[in-house]
Amino acid sequence: MNPPLRLPKFIFGTITPIVYLFMYLPILTIAIFSFSQGRVLSLPIHGWTLDWYAKALQDEQLQIGLFNSLKVAIASCTIAATLGTLAALAIQRYQFFGKNFFRAAVILPIVLPGIVTGVAMLSFFSAIDLPLGLMTVIIGHATFGFPVVFNTVAARIARLPRSLEEAAADLGSPPWEAFWKVVFPGLRSALISATLLAFTLSFDEIVVTIFLTGQDNTLPMEIWARLRFGMTPEINATVTLILLFSVGLVLLSQWLGARSDR
Amino acid sequence: MDVTITVQSKPVTKPADFWVNFLPPCLWMLGFYFIPLAILLSYAFMQHQYVEVIPRFTWENFIQIVTNSGYRNTVIRTLYIAIAVTIIDTLLAFPVAYFLTKYAGKYKRLLTILILLPLWSSYLVRVFAWRIILGYNGVLNSLLISLGILSQPSSLFLYNQFSMVVTLCYVWLPFTILPLVTAFERLPSNLLEASADLGGHPLYTFRRVTFPLVLPGFLAGSLSVFSLTMGDYITPSLVGGAGDILIGNIVANQFGVADNWPLGSALAMVVLLLIFGLIAIISRKGALENL
Repeated sequence: MNPPLRLPKFIFGTITPIVYLFMYLPILTIAIFSFSQGRVLSLPIHGWTLDWYAKALQDEQLQIGLFNSLKVAIASCTIAATLGTLAALAIQRYQFFGKNFFRAAVILPIVLPGIVTGVAMLSFFSAIDLPLGLMTVIIGHATFGFPVVFNTVAARIARLPRSLEEAAADLGSPPWEAFWKVVFPGLRSALISATLLAFTLSFDEIVVTIFLTGQDNTLPMEIWARLRFGMTPEINATVTLILLFSVGLVLLSQWLGARSDR
Repeated sequence: MDVTITVQSKPVTKPADFWVNFLPPCLWMLGFYFIPLAILLSYAFMQHQYVEVIPRFTWENFIQIVTNSGYRNTVIRTLYIAIAVTIIDTLLAFPVAYFLTKYAGKYKRLLTILILLPLWSSYLVRVFAWRIILGYNGVLNSLLISLGILSQPSSLFLYNQFSMVVTLCYVWLPFTILPLVTAFERLPSNLLEASADLGGHPLYTFRRVTFPLVLPGFLAGSLSVFSLTMGDYITPSLVGGAGDILIGNIVANQFGVADNWPLGSALAMVVLLLIFGLIAIISRKGALENL
C-alpha cells in the first residue's frame, strides 16, 4: 500500500490562502479607501473619515437608484421563483415529449452571455414597440433568475421522497393540500436560498440592464454612470454598505437553510 | 356477506396539473427569450443603411466581420483571452476545491461561504478595484516601491491585456471553484481507497479515478467562465487598453452609439456560435447537469 499523500496537502494548503487573498484583496481595498479622507484613491492614505458614508446615505440619486433596484429585484425574483419552481415540478414529476429539450432550453439564459440576452430583448421590445423602463428590466432579470431557481429547486425535488406525497393523497388530501403541507416544506430551504441568489443577481446586474432600461437608473447603472468620471470614496462607501447588506443576506439564507434542513 | 374493498391506486398527479406546471415557464421562455433570440438572428441577415434596418436578406454583416481586420482580430483576441482566463481559473480553482473538500474539516462551510460572498458584492466595483490596485499610484506600485523592487511607479500594470486577464480571472473565479467543490464532495472515497489498496500510485488514482469523476464539474465551471468572458464588455472598458476591446464592446457599441443593429446582431451570433461549439464538444461529458 502506498503511504498517504502528504505533498498535495502541503501544496494545496499553500495555494488556497493565496487564492483567498486574491479574492479578498480588491474588496478590502474598496473598504479601506471608503474611510480615506482624500478624494484621490492612491496610497499612502492621509487621514481617516466617516464623511463618505454620510454623503452616500444622503445622496438623492443613489437613493433613487437603490429604490429602483429593490423594486426590480423583488419583482424579478418573485417571478423567477414562481416560474423556476413550476418548471422544476414539471421536469421532475412528469414524463413528456421533449423533456430533455425543455430542460436544456430553460437553463440557456445562464449558459449564454448576458449581452446576448440584453440585445435580443432590446430588439424584441423595440419590434413590439414596448417602451423601455423598469418593467422591461424586470422581465430581463426574471428571465435569467428563473434558471437559477430552477436548477436549485429541481435538484432538491429529485431528492424528495415521492411516497410522502402519495401517502397524503391516499389519506384524502387534495393535490394543493398535499403540495402545501408535504412537498413545500421539503422545498422551502432550497427555494429560499435560490430566490435570494436571484435577488442578488438582479440587484447587481448591469450587462443586461444597460440595454433594457430607459430613463430609470438602477443602483449599478448609477454607479456605472459615475465610474466614467472616476471613482470617488462616496462610491466606495456605497459599495461597502451593499457588501455588508449582502453578507447579512448570505448569513440569513445559510441560517434559514441550516434550520429547515434539520 | 363479503365486503370487498377495492383499493384504487389513484395517480397523485393529473394531466391538468402538468399543464399548470409546464405552460407558464414554457410560454415565458418562448415569449421573452426564444422569440427575442429569433428576432436578433433575423437582424443579423438584414441590411443596414443610415440607422435604418432594411428587411432584405444579406450575408454582408458576416462578410464584414471576416474581411475587416479590426473585427476579425477582436474575435480572435476575445477567443484567446476567454481560453486563457478559463485555464488560469481552473488552475487556481482545482487546489482550492480539493483542499476544501479533503482537508478543511469543520471550516469547510465557512470557507465555501467565503467563496460565495464576493459574488454578492457589486461586480462593477470589484472590477474597478483593480484599477485602484494596478494603477500608477496604486496599491501594487506603492508596495513594490516600499519593498525597493521599483524606484518609481510603473504604468505597465494597468490598461492592457494583463490587467484585463487578471480582472476577468478574479471576477469569474467563484464560478469555477463552486462546481468543483460539489464534484469533489460527490467523489466516493471508497473508490479512492480501493485504488490505493490495489496498489495504484496516487497520481495514477488521480488520473484514472478522481479526474474522470470530477470532469463534469470542471467542464461546467469552464463553460461558465468561457461564456461570461465571451460576453463581457464592462471589464475591457474599465481596465483594458484602448486596443484591447472584446467582441462584447463592439456588440454594445453597435446597439448603442453606432446604431448598426444588423452588424451588432451578427457579432452576437458569432459569440453564440463559438459557445455552442464549446457546448457541443463538452455536452457528451454531462457538464450541463452540473451548472
